[in-house]
Amino acid sequence: MKDFSLLIQRLDQLTKTSEKVKVLSDYFKTAPQKDVVWAIAIWSHRRPKRPISTTLLREWAAELAGVDQWLFEDSYHIVGDLAETIALLTCKKEVTIHHSKESLSTIIEDLIALKTQSENQKKAYITTKWAELNYFGSFTFTKLLTGGFRIGISQKLMTKALESAFDIPSDEIAYRLMGKWNPTEVTLKKLLFDNDPEANQSRPYPFFLAYPVENTPEDLGDISQWSIEHKWDGIRAQLIKRNETFAIWSRGEELITEQFPELQSIKDQLKEDVVLDGEIIPIKDGLPDHFGTLQKRLNRKRITNSLLEEAPVVFRAYDLLEYQGKDFREQTYLERRNCLESIPFSGPLQLSKFKIFKNWQEVEDERLRSKEVKSEGLMLKQIDSTYGVGRKKGDWFKYKNDPLNCDAILTYVMRGHGRRSSLYTDFTFALWDRDPKDPEAKLVTFAKAYSGLTDQEFKEINRWIRSNALEKFGPVRAVKPELVFEIAFEGVAPSSRHKSGYATRFPRIVRWRKDKKIDEANRLEDLKNLVR
Amino acid sequence: MKPDLLSFTSKGIYCAAADVYLDPWRPVDKAIISHAHADHSRYGNKKYIAHHHSVPVIKHRLGGVNIQGISWNEPFSVNGVQFTLYPAGHIVGSSLIKVMHKGEIALFTGDYKLENDGLSTPLEMQRCHTLITECTFGLPIFRWKPQQEVFSEIENWWSFNQQNSFTSVIYAYSLGKAQRLLHHLQSTHGPILVHPAIAAVNESLSTIVSFKSVQTLTADINPIDHPGALLILPPSGREAKYLKKWGELRTASASGWMATRGNRRRRNVDRGFVISDHCDFDALNTCIKYSEAEKVICTHGFTDIYSKYLRGIGFNAGTEHAEFEEEEVENSTDLLVQ
Ligand SMILES: [Zn+2]
Ligand SMILES: [Zn+2]
Repeated sequence: MKDFSLLIQRLDQLTKTSEKVKVLSDYFKTAPQKDVVWAIAIWSHRRPKRPISTTLLREWAAELAGVDQWLFEDSYHIVGDLAETIALLTCKKEVTIHHSKESLSTIIEDLIALKTQSENQKKAYITTKWAELNYFGSFTFTKLLTGGFRIGISQKLMTKALESAFDIPSDEIAYRLMGKWNPTEVTLKKLLFDNDPEANQSRPYPFFLAYPVENTPEDLGDISQWSIEHKWDGIRAQLIKRNETFAIWSRGEELITEQFPELQSIKDQLKEDVVLDGEIIPIKDGLPDHFGTLQKRLNRKRITNSLLEEAPVVFRAYDLLEYQGKDFREQTYLERRNCLESIPFSGPLQLSKFKIFKNWQEVEDERLRSKEVKSEGLMLKQIDSTYGVGRKKGDWFKYKNDPLNCDAILTYVMRGHGRRSSLYTDFTFALWDRDPKDPEAKLVTFAKAYSGLTDQEFKEINRWIRSNALEKFGPVRAVKPELVFEIAFEGVAPSSRHKSGYATRFPRIVRWRKDKKIDEANRLEDLKNLVR
Repeated sequence: MKPDLLSFTSKGIYCAAADVYLDPWRPVDKAIISHAHADHSRYGNKKYIAHHHSVPVIKHRLGGVNIQGISWNEPFSVNGVQFTLYPAGHIVGSSLIKVMHKGEIALFTGDYKLENDGLSTPLEMQRCHTLITECTFGLPIFRWKPQQEVFSEIENWWSFNQQNSFTSVIYAYSLGKAQRLLHHLQSTHGPILVHPAIAAVNESLSTIVSFKSVQTLTADINPIDHPGALLILPPSGREAKYLKKWGELRTASASGWMATRGNRRRRNVDRGFVISDHCDFDALNTCIKYSEAEKVICTHGFTDIYSKYLRGIGFNAGTEHAEFEEEEVENSTDLLVQ
């Protein structure tokens, strides 16, 4: 793993994308092919299953480091990354050059084999590695154990590096890496160089992603160049029908065909072979239901009939990527839509309609209708644009509804990470569960937010916390209910995460309402009313 | 129970018996100052008492204040209470302040470190009954490598940049870290230029310590004359417009906070070199054990966690709130840049 942890060290010390691409590309060219396959798997979220729980890892690391468990946990909270915490705590200062003699694939094979071994064997293997590796060796090793390799290497950057290493266009690489492949079995040649028709059968295309409208949509210029449709709040998915193959892929590249039995009939409904891009959305009384309903359907082992009745879904298509075996992605948006609309839509297969408006005011009016049609806002697509790979600025924009908001009371604070770890930066907010005048009224938490305050306010609140902190739970402190903040969020849905029984999406602090007393804060009921 | 020799008030750490404050954060009549960093020696006191070596920098920063210089290891008396300064090893002139009265000994560390940086006089830890300590890096994740290792990392990085025709820029605190870099980096490597704020601090320290002579980085300097240069700037100097003409830059930060990757990313520098003028976790433990203190009070840094740790290993330890910056990051530099 020496060359791999050296690679991680180099990547960690670079900030420029072009330099990262070069270092990564050099690695791809020189490393053993088996290692390259694993490196690709790791950066495309295909690491082997975790052989051990992080709870045990934390216990063993604390023991090896000779610190109490609470001190380990507090340190972890401050560092914010488990592999890094373990490396910082267990590396001996004097080990400075030892990375590891084994190759990346050997280590990964060890980890796969570890899964079936006894806890003692696992512990012996892992703690020996920690003890003998240097900082980056240990960091990399633990990352392989726990997954989540986020060191500034996006899949896009990786495909660029592969392009430069092997002289295959990066879009083509992105496509070949889509779908199901198993790094323990596949060779680099098979993965990147062979054009295997069988593997192509169920392979999805890379998704094209939208950018948010930054200021106002008028900045996009000529209205006649833009197709406008509603943005549906569901699971982005690609539906593939090729010969006998019928597959539905999520944007996270998971095969979700089996999870939605009510979509199976689409296979027979489609006369031609097609690949469709669209959204799986929950439906209630003919209109989209809120996202929370759909969440009940996810990651279920068994889809019961009652669940099917309670939360039925449809596939609402808005783009066509392949037709009769022909890749359509280079056609313009309007051409693709034309072809899309020739497909018979009915039952669980729906069409997401688009319009072209005469002026931007009409677009604004349409957006105001989104509550009515139960959409999240609008999508703006350039009518001549091709279907790209990943996020590319300029062709697709999302123009979301005005965020929802409410006034809430600060109830818990938590220390920040790293440099800000001696300050309280994470705030939890609560609403009244009934009329605050009622002596039984309680505060129930519903959102946690980090951002949105000025540095000045931030300092002021931290000073206030020092004299108003109540009990302490590890890094979390309860504070006296006194400060009111306006919180904005994108959506709200039932959830067991917070005491209120509701959770918001993307909550953030809009402003500190110094003008408000706590009995002027919103009630849980107000939040429930915002559920679409 | 007799009253504590030192107490925490809204103005600062107070010795009632002597009617004097240690590193006060609000203006007072008489202040004994541990060291010249801005959060420990603030503006507005009627009288300052500090080690001789702190005097020039305090004067440089605060102008014509009434200040008295004191030597290390030489007890002096204020209203019948005996005070002694000892080297704290943090920056030039930094001192531990020992207070002795009626057989009771209290020690205030200010900021301190165990490793000999070659510039500030090495720490002379003292025994005491009550210890008031900083614990900026009071977590076991902070463990410093020997400085020589870090300086060779810096030199390797600098060489690499030179080979690629990049200009190297290191952000370091104007008072302390900048001088430490100058002292340890080999000028045979290439030209070193420092920000005017650092040059001014060097100038005020020139009667106490000598540095290799380096150029001051001013707007009229032509980068062509200084190929392969290393620029040392305070963290606030990164917006300087004249940096543009230095071609492609590679930036680094030299600080104890660089121990974690998250901090490195947040600072948005290419490299982080882990070097600090504070004690790391092991050094704190060593010093506190040495002090044999019956009571330990943690003032700034990871006070809750560290005092809990100390209680776990048998110390009577707690925290008090002091308005010293809890982070090296915000320390002093901005005032010095002016
Ligand atoms: Zn200091
Ligand atoms: Zn300090």
